[in-house]
This record gives sequence, structure tokens and C-alpha cells, in this order.
Amino acid sequence: MEKDTEVYKATVKDDLTKWQNVLKAHSSVDWLIVIVENDAKKKNKTNILPRTSIVDKIRNDFCNKQSDRCVVLSDPLKDSSRTQESWNAFLTKLRTLLLMSFTKNLGKFEDDMRTLREKRTEPGWSFCEYFMVQEELAFVFEMLQQFEDALVQYDELDALFSQYVVNFGAGDGANWLTFFCQPVKSWNGLILRKPIDMEKRESIQRREATLLDLRSYLFSRQCTLLLFLQRPWEVAQRALELLHNCVQELKLLEVSVPPGALDCWVFLSCLEVLQRIEGCCDRAQIDSNIAHTVGLWSYATEKLKSLGYLCGLVSEKGPNSEDLNRTVDLLAGLGAERPETANTAQSPYKKLKEALSSVEAFEKHYLDLSHATIEMYTSIGRIRSAKFVGKDLAEFYMRKKAPQKAEIYLQGALKNYLAEGWALPITHTRKQLAECQKHLGQIENYLQTSSLLASDHHLTEEERKHFCQEILDFASQPSDNPGHKIVLPMQSFAQLRDLHFDPSNAVVHVGGVLCIEITMYSQMPVPVHVEQIVVNVHFSIEKNNYRKTAEWLTKHKTSNGIINFPPETAPFPVSQNSLPALELYEMFERSPSDNSLNTTGIICRNVHMLLRRQESSSSLEMPSGVALEEGAHVLRCSHVTLEPGANQITFRTQAKEPGTYTLRQLCASVGSVWFVLPHIYPIVQYDVYSQEPQLHVEPLADSLLAGIPQKVKFTVTTGHYTIKNGDSLQLSNAEAMLILCQAESRAMVYSNTREQSSDAALRIQSSDKVTSISLPVAPAYHVIEFELEVLSLPSAPALGGESDMLGMAEPHRKHKDKQKTGHCMVTTDHKVSIDCPWSIYSTVIALTFSVPFRTTHALLSSGTRKYVQVCVQNLSELDFQLSDSYLVDTSDSTDLQLVPLNTQSQQPIYSKQSVFFVWELKWTEEPPPSLHCRFSVGFSPASEEQLSISLKPYTYEFKVENFFTLYNVKAEIFPPSGMEYCRTGSLCSLEVLITRLSDLLEVDKDEALTESDEHFSTKLMYEVVDNSSNWAVCGKSCGVISMPVAARATHRVHMEVMPLFAGYLPLPDVRLFKYLPHHSAHSSQLDADSWIENDSLSVDKHGDDQPDSSSLKSRGSVHSACSSEHKGLPMPRLQALPAGQVFNSSSGTQVLVIPSQDDHVLEVSVT
Amino acid sequence: MAVCIAVIAKENYPLYIRSTPTENELKFHYMVHTSLDVVDEKISAMGKALVDQRELYLGLLYPTEDYKVYGYVTNSKVKFVMVVDSSNTALRDNEIRSMFRKLHNSYTDVMCNPFYNPGDRIQSRWALLPVSASSPGGPYFLCPIQSRWALLLCPIQSRAFDNMVTSMMIQVC
Repeated sequence: MEKDTEVYKATVKDDLTKWQNVLKAHSSVDWLIVIVENDAKKKNKTNILPRTSIVDKIRNDFCNKQSDRCVVLSDPLKDSSRTQESWNAFLTKLRTLLLMSFTKNLGKFEDDMRTLREKRTEPGWSFCEYFMVQEELAFVFEMLQQFEDALVQYDELDALFSQYVVNFGAGDGANWLTFFCQPVKSWNGLILRKPIDMEKRESIQRREATLLDLRSYLFSRQCTLLLFLQRPWEVAQRALELLHNCVQELKLLEVSVPPGALDCWVFLSCLEVLQRIEGCCDRAQIDSNIAHTVGLWSYATEKLKSLGYLCGLVSEKGPNSEDLNRTVDLLAGLGAERPETANTAQSPYKKLKEALSSVEAFEKHYLDLSHATIEMYTSIGRIRSAKFVGKDLAEFYMRKKAPQKAEIYLQGALKNYLAEGWALPITHTRKQLAECQKHLGQIENYLQTSSLLASDHHLTEEERKHFCQEILDFASQPSDNPGHKIVLPMQSFAQLRDLHFDPSNAVVHVGGVLCIEITMYSQMPVPVHVEQIVVNVHFSIEKNNYRKTAEWLTKHKTSNGIINFPPETAPFPVSQNSLPALELYEMFERSPSDNSLNTTGIICRNVHMLLRRQESSSSLEMPSGVALEEGAHVLRCSHVTLEPGANQITFRTQAKEPGTYTLRQLCASVGSVWFVLPHIYPIVQYDVYSQEPQLHVEPLADSLLAGIPQKVKFTVTTGHYTIKNGDSLQLSNAEAMLILCQAESRAMVYSNTREQSSDAALRIQSSDKVTSISLPVAPAYHVIEFELEVLSLPSAPALGGESDMLGMAEPHRKHKDKQKTGHCMVTTDHKVSIDCPWSIYSTVIALTFSVPFRTTHALLSSGTRKYVQVCVQNLSELDFQLSDSYLVDTSDSTDLQLVPLNTQSQQPIYSKQSVFFVWELKWTEEPPPSLHCRFSVGFSPASEEQLSISLKPYTYEFKVENFFTLYNVKAEIFPPSGMEYCRTGSLCSLEVLITRLSDLLEVDKDEALTESDEHFSTKLMYEVVDNSSNWAVCGKSCGVISMPVAARATHRVHMEVMPLFAGYLPLPDVRLFKYLPHHSAHSSQLDADSWIENDSLSVDKHGDDQPDSSSLKSRGSVHSACSSEHKGLPMPRLQALPAGQVFNSSSGTQVLVIPSQDDHVLEVSVT
Repeated sequence: MAVCIAVIAKENYPLYIRSTPTENELKFHYMVHTSLDVVDEKISAMGKALVDQRELYLGLLYPTEDYKVYGYVTNSKVKFVMVVDSSNTALRDNEIRSMFRKLHNSYTDVMCNPFYNPGDRIQSRWALLPVSASSPGGPYFLCPIQSRWALLLCPIQSRAFDNMVTSMMIQVC
């Protein structure tokens, strides 16, 4: 409006006023005045006063309060920034005002609509009317491209209607709803191809729509909007809900629907929705969203199936006239095909019409749909659903008498149910499968399925009986092929519950009778007569000899003989939990020759259970390779009637060949039907053994003691030999062993299983050479046990038993030796040869007796007086009573007297303790050079009161030589002169006095003896040794002296010694040796003295602990090494004087040594 | 009011399944079994998120014409499936949720029974009695040592569970 002010005032204002009035008349408040300005006008813009421009005028005139209702648009046709700006401002304003206007108007509309809705409880209210109102709002939104909002309107309508239906169901009926309850006359499905189905809309407007019409229309609108919103999958999901819902609502409202009409409607609708979705999506999208559409497919399949059944299209014969009438009615309800689909070849309408037209066409469509559904389910991993549809398909095939096609579906489904352990579906599917297999003539499979069904607790008693009868009928048929067997697994027929051996250790000797009692739990509902029950037995000869012995068998099979078999966990799938526990056993393999351990390890006995494939559980259903084992060894039980439930069946067998028998298979035959348990698990074995007669003799105690009666156990294992009357054991007597006959000894007879069968008195006859023991009568494979007392005469141990001639000379060594040989008893072996009645060879048995005592003797001297000490040490575990000890001189010299110093005649000697006996030797004339003695002492076990026989005393013989004292050695230590006591570190004098006590005796006659002028002299070597390092010997510690052989000849030796410690110190030892010249002494100019002189080394250089002789020898060798000129020359020898010949009168004396004054350090050594 | 309630083990075999006696039991067995497809799908789809959120309720598994099948899965992957009549509009999501929660609690009680071996079928007295009477071993064989005690003690716990299920089937929430 670009005019002058004048023009404005003249005309425009009036026009505007008129326009405003028109607006007001229409009560419209939405308006906008636009003023278009020119550039020309602008030039004098500056001159113009405010409030004089046209804009201002118009604002003044019209926009008294709404100044924003006037917009200036400057130079709209020019291309300048100003123009751009003004355009923008204009459009923004326009948009704002438009929105405001819409908001206001829609708000008002919604308010009105809400008011209308609130009136819904009023009697005259009509849903259809309201529907139209709200739909108008939806249209508005749709036009404004606000599809979301539009959809909300329809959803609200949907919810409102649903609520009414629910309320109606609850008895709260609205009048208008009865209109929707009119019978369904048309079922032509959803129409989704047009954005608005005006036909249906009009019928709603006219209030003539049926429930299906309303729902169809509503959904078609929702579908359209959802597709605008790019949400096709929601369409599919909502469609399924809608269809379900409609069916429910019709039911709820009790609308009368002709049979099949709804099926038609649902089928058509499903296909329509699917086609609609397919029409707006590409293939890839559809494929990736099968999960959303598959429900519709499945629903359509289901509906088509029920239509087929309804119209008689599934039966073998085809539809009858009634079916045809029904079909015609159904087709009539479809009406004519819609024009919009008339040209499409695959329209739902055409499909349905065609499917219902003939049996063949139906089959084709149904199979197409089913296969498509199964495929879709499978492709998205819904295996269970696929199987379920497959089962429907199988049912269809069965109806069509095509069992070969049904089988695969049934098997597939069954496998699935079995794998997951669904009992009822298993039973149901199996029943269908049985029928299928029967039609197919798969006899074995059918019988197997029948047996499974007959044992199925989910079936009724009648059904089970029926299937059981099927098996029995087949079994009783005369077979055209007599050798033909139908092998079925046993589990379904009967279960092996437990097995019991008699004898219970399952070990039987050759010829013995073994009973095996099994408990079979029959699963059949009726008693079944079984011709025979056979157990196949695998026989193996044990390679390992050790295992075959009766002892081993009886020892290792101590079970109670009952083996329980785990029940079949058929209804459970194989899950981790139901796996059996590991059965681990230790395994030892011994070498056959010497029974030593070859290998050892752990074996798992049920590996085959644990490592089998998981699918194998379902292989029970298959006519699996249950192989019948034909073995030479069978246990058989004929004509058994298995009652339902537990049955006891007993097998008896007589053992023939020795070896191990393993029960492998269990078969029950009913006619030509064999029920086979292919593996008996856990492994059941019995052993048959054959045994040679054997005799064992073993002591009852750990070891037999000599000298007292000891019990010995005789065990006769009869083996296959039967002991007859008069059979006896002939024992050839050993000289030193007596068999004591006791009147009351009895023999026990046991069976091999250690059950006592009898006992009998034992008759023993003894002659001097042979003892005969007559055995009691005993059958084969029994054990005779008896005990005998034997007595080994206590012989004195051979003199080889070391006799301590050294006496007190070397107490340390003696002690050590004792410890070494300390606790082992001297043993004697007695061999007894026994002739057994079953063998021509005699058995030699060695019995080892231990001498319970160990005896040592010692010669003790006191000056010239002599004592003999005998020590008896009890090494056994028993306590004894010693009595009547004697020591006699066997050489019978009257001159010698043995005076016992023992006071008690009876003396107990406890286990591991010793008793000492002492006698003094007395003689009147010259003592003999040697003395032969025999010690004897009576003994008896302290515990036993009275023995039947008198026991021989224990004797000990020994010889004492050179017991007469020839030399007396006396040593003394004197403090240095002028001192009262010896001090450490100061030299003291040691005086050794060697005195000859007797004149020339026989014992002196040796190489060292030299004779000159009736005077005899011998060479002795003395040596001072301090074993405890108390003294330092200064200067020569040893020397050779020539000793006149005459009584009271004395030799005195002086030496310097220095005490190293303070205190009471024992004197150093003085040892005396006989100094023997070399055999060829004359050839040596070597002076022994000089040799000794040369040996300037002191004794302390040598280890004191070393045995003297060796120290001397080593010294000799040192010498020979250092003085080469003597090399190869013969050396004189040293010989220790026998202990009895030297008496050290100063042994045991001590000397007090006080510490030196300047000694601030006191060494204390504790040893 | 549920028409069928099932407890299904992790390995997908039924631990307990009970339906209204008036209707065909077999149909529900098939239905529950088939619903496991969707349960599996939902569990694998939710995956870790499910564990984190501790949302055990799986919601509506799928509707059929006559029934609605709902699912619930415990942390140990034991599934509860409940079938509800479609016409029963009173049962909303919340009610179903609380029913599942109750069921879960009862199931936990059963698991607490020291005589119950996890993985065994939960036997109601109805299932147990005919079994013990007709076949001492039967399909639900109890090992000899346990059997006497099991017969005495098992029903106490499983009866509580059974009663709970019964109440859910009768009660109109």
C-alpha cells in the first residue's frame, strides 16, 4: 500500500475499516497489515515528522493495542540488504502470528473436543461422532506434516474404544457399543493401500460400521501415518496386536461370527500388512527385520491351516458338500475384490480365493507359507518356533497320508525336545512319530518308539498298554525269516537295577557254583513273558598271575556282592550336572616273574561315559547300532515273566575255566524282538580260579625264639585236592628242633571264603625221625589251619662269636663294638622237610630261630688276682627268669678253682637288659696258660607259669688265655722340687715303675726272650700317651727296655711332663709292648735303641685316638721315608701284651695341678 | 491370574511347570517351550546391559490370539515364564512384574532347602506322590539313601512353592 497520505486518507482507510469490520463479523482476530514502501519516499524521510507517516497513521487507526500487526516491507522487488531485512522481519512476524493463530484455534478445537469427550457418559453420546471430531484434528496435524501428533489422535481413539470394549466386557455397557455388536457379515481384511479409505470412513460417519470396519479403518490410518514416519516394523508389530485384539474383542462382545470368517479376515489382513510393508521397503531391510514380520507369517500360516481344516481341504478325500457350502459362504463374505488390488497378481484376496478353491491349491499355498515361516524362524535362530511350525506341517502331511514327509519334521522336533528335556512334548511327538513310523512300515523304529511310549508315565494306562500290545503282537507273529531278530535297546523295556553275586565276593573256584541275581525293573504296563534272558559274558585269562591267586581274590573283593546300577536319567538332557563323577582307581602292574612293581598310575574307569559326544543321548531314538554280541559264554534264564516293576532273576552257572568273566550285554528276547542292554556298566566281573594245594608254615610271633616253645601256624590250602581220611603231613625232624606234641591241639577247617566249616582234633605221631600229622578230612577249596609248638634247642653260639680277650685294655673300643652288633640276635635256621599227600615232592620249610641272649665275657684283674665276668644280655622282647648259673672249667684242671661271687640263684632278666655274673679264679700252683670255660644258665620265660617240658639251659663256652699278670706298671708324678703341687706350665717328673711279678713262665717263650747265663731277659717297649691332652710329654715318650725275666725285677723310667690344665688330672697312660726283633735280626746292625733315638718326635705329634699299633706302624713308615739309608731293611715288631699280663696299679689315680700364678686366664673346658 | 507358570533351568529343561488343570497341559508345554526362543533372543540382545541394570523382567515375550506370554530371568539364568489369558486385561505390566518377583522369592526358598539339589525338578506333592507310590524309582528316581528323607522333606519346601503358584493362578490381581 504505497500511497500518499492523501490517498490513504481518501480511500485506503475506508477499505481497511470495511475489511476489519468483515473480520470482526466473522469473529476472526488474526490479521496483519502490510505496508509496501518505495525508495523514492525515503529521500524526504528525514523531513517527515514522526507520527505523520502512513505507517504511523495506520498503526494509530487500526492497531491501537497490537502494534505488531503492522509490518513495513520496503522495496520488495529490489535486491538490497534493506529489502532482505524487511522481508525477514515480515516472514518472521507472519510465522509467529500464524503459529499463534493455529495454537489458539487448535486449542479451542481441542477444548471443544474434550468437552465432547467428557459427555461420553451421557446417553446420547456417539463414539462415531466423536471419532469424526478427533479425526479432524488428526487431519489437521497430518496436513501440517505433524504425523506424530496425528498418530497420537488415532492412538487415543484406539485406546478409548478398547477401554469401552473392556468395560463392556465388565458389564458396563454403553448403548452406542451395541451397534458394533452386530453380526459380522463381511471379512474382507485390512485395506492399507489407500491413504484414507473413504468408504469405511463414510460408514463410520453414517454409524453403520461394524467393529471390524472401525478397527480396519483405524489401523489403516495408523499404518499410513507410521509409514510416513518411516516405521514400517511398528506397523507389523501393531498389526499382530490388532489382529489378536480384534479376535478377543469380538469374543468379548459376543459378536456372532460365521466359522472361518475371522480366519479369513486375519489371513487377508496379515498378507495385506506384509505386502504393504514389502511395498515400501527394500529386500535387505526386510531380511534384516524378519524378527518383526515373522509373527505375521506364522499367524497367517496358522489361520490358513485352520481354514483348510474347516473347509475339508486337508483330508485325503477332499471336501464334502458341507465343506463346499461353508467355503462358498466364506468366499461370499469376502465380497468383490477391491479395485486397487484387482490388477496385482498376488493380492491377498486372490491368494485366499485360490487357496480355498481346491485341495491342490490349498496344499501349495499352505506349504509355501509354512516353508517360508520355518525358513524365517530358522534364519533368526528361533529354532523352537520353527520346530513347532514343522510339527504342524507334519500333522498336515499325516492327514494327507504322506508319512514319509512328516517323519523328518517329527524327528527334528523330537530331537529338540529331547535335547532340552521337555517330557510332555516328547511324549506327544513320539506318539505322532509312532503313528508315522507305523504307516511307513519302519518296524524296528516303530517298535522302539512303542517301547519308549509303553514305558512313558505321561501316557494313560490304556495308551501304554496299547503300545505294549503292539510290541507283543509283533513278537508273537510267526516271522517269515526265523533267524531274523529285531534288536531294540533295553532301557525303555526294563532297567537293570542291581546285581547280586553269591558267593558275594564273586570269586568261585573251578567247579563251584555261582549265582547271579539281578533285579530288573520292568517298564511295561503289563506282565511280559520273556522267552529267555541272556547275559553275554566275556572270558579272559588273566595274564597277571598274581591276580589269579585265591588269596588276592579273596582279599581284594570284599564287597557285599551287590552292585547297583545308576538309573537312567532319560527325561533329563545331558547337562553338566548329570555327568557321572570321575571314577578313579589306582593301578599297579607287577612283573609276572618276580612280582615287583612295573608301572603304577591312575586310571579313570568311566572315560567312555564322560567323553562321549553330547548328541549321543538322542541316538537312543535312532535305530542305533545295538550290536548283539555272540560270545561263547552266556548265562541264560529261560521263560521268565516280567511283571511291571521289580523282578528278581537268578542265573546259575558252574565255573569251568579259571579266569575273569566280565558281564557284557544283557538281552531279553520276546519272540523275534530282542531287547539289548549293550553295555553293563559299572563293570561287573566274576573270577574263577583254580588253585594248587599249598602248605604254609609261619610263626605266630614276629620271630621265633630259640630255647623256649614257640607256636607255628600251619595253613593247608587244599585247592583242588580233597583231603581224604588218612592223609597226613610227614615232617622229617631236624636234629635241633623238637616238635612238641600237645594232646589238645585242634585243626580248623574253613571254606575259601573264610567261613568256618568244622574243626577236628589233630593226631600227631612222633618217631625219632619223622613226625606225622594226620590231617582232618576236608573238601577241595578249603583251608585247614592248626598250630604246633616247636622248640629249638639253644645251642651255644659257635665260638666264632667274638670273645673279648682284650678285657679292660681297650674299654672304648669294646664299647663301640658292642653298639655296632648290639641289637641283632644270633639266629639259627632249621630246615624241615615236609611230605604232603598231594605231591611226591617234599616241601622244605626253613624256620629261623633267634637266640634271645647275647653273652660276652671279660677277664678282670686286681694285681695278681683274677676274675671272670660273664655278661648275659637279653635281646628279645620277653622277660626271662635265669636260674642255676654255672661256670665250669672244661679242661678239668684240679688246680684251678672257680669261686662264684653271685649271690642269687634265681634272677630275672628283663627285655633289653643285661645280667652280669662274676667268678674269681683261684689256683694253687702255677696257673695254666689258658682256660676253657663253659657258662651255663637255666632260663624260662618269666610270664609263663609252668611249661610242659623241662628246658635246656643256655650255655656259652669261651677261652681265656694268658690271664696271669706278668708285669705291674706303676706311674707317679711328682711336683718340681721345692713345690708342694704341680703347676700348669711347669715341668713335673713322671716316674714309671715296671715290675716283673713272676719267674719265667711258658708264655714268655718267644722271640723276644734272650738268654744269657741262665738269666733270661725280654725286651719291652713302654710308651707314655696322654689321650686327653692334659699333659705334654717332654723329651722321649717311649723307650725300649730289657727286662729280666725274674720275679720282682724292676725297671724305673723317668720322664718330664708338663700339665697343660689345672685341676685333678688323670695320669697319662703307660703302655707296654713286647718288642720283637725281626726274624732275621742278626743281619741288622741297626740298634733298636738308635732307631728309637732317631725317632726324635714325641708321641703327641700323633693322633692320640689312633690305635696304637697303627700309630707305631705309621711311625715306622715315616721313619723309613725320612731315613733313606735304612730303606728296605727289616724292622723290629711290636706286640701288645695281652691284657691279663699287665696290671696298671696306678690307673685311676689323679694328680692335683694348680694354676700357675701368673695365669690370669683360666680355661675351662667342658667335655 | 496366570494360566500357566513355568520355571526353566539354565539348560532350558523345565524345573517346574504347572498350568490350570482345566486346560490342555500339553498346549502350554509347547507354548512355554516355544517362548524360550524369545527369551534367548532377549537375553542375548540385552547382553551386558541386562546384568548391569539388574533388570530381570523380560516383559511380554509374545502375544498369541488367546494368551500373553511373559518372561523373567534370574541372574543364574533360570527362567520364569508366565502365560496369561489375553482376555484378562486387568493384568498390567506392574502386576506381572510383582508376580514374577514373588515367584522369584519362592524359588529362592526352594533353593535354600538343603535337600534340594539345584537343577532337580521342583516336585510338587502332586507329582511326587504317584511317583513314589507306583514306582519307587520311576522317572524321578531318588537315590536310596536320600529317598526316605527326600520323600518326607522335599514336599515341605516344594509345597510352599506350589501353594504360591496356585495362589497366583487363582488370584485375580
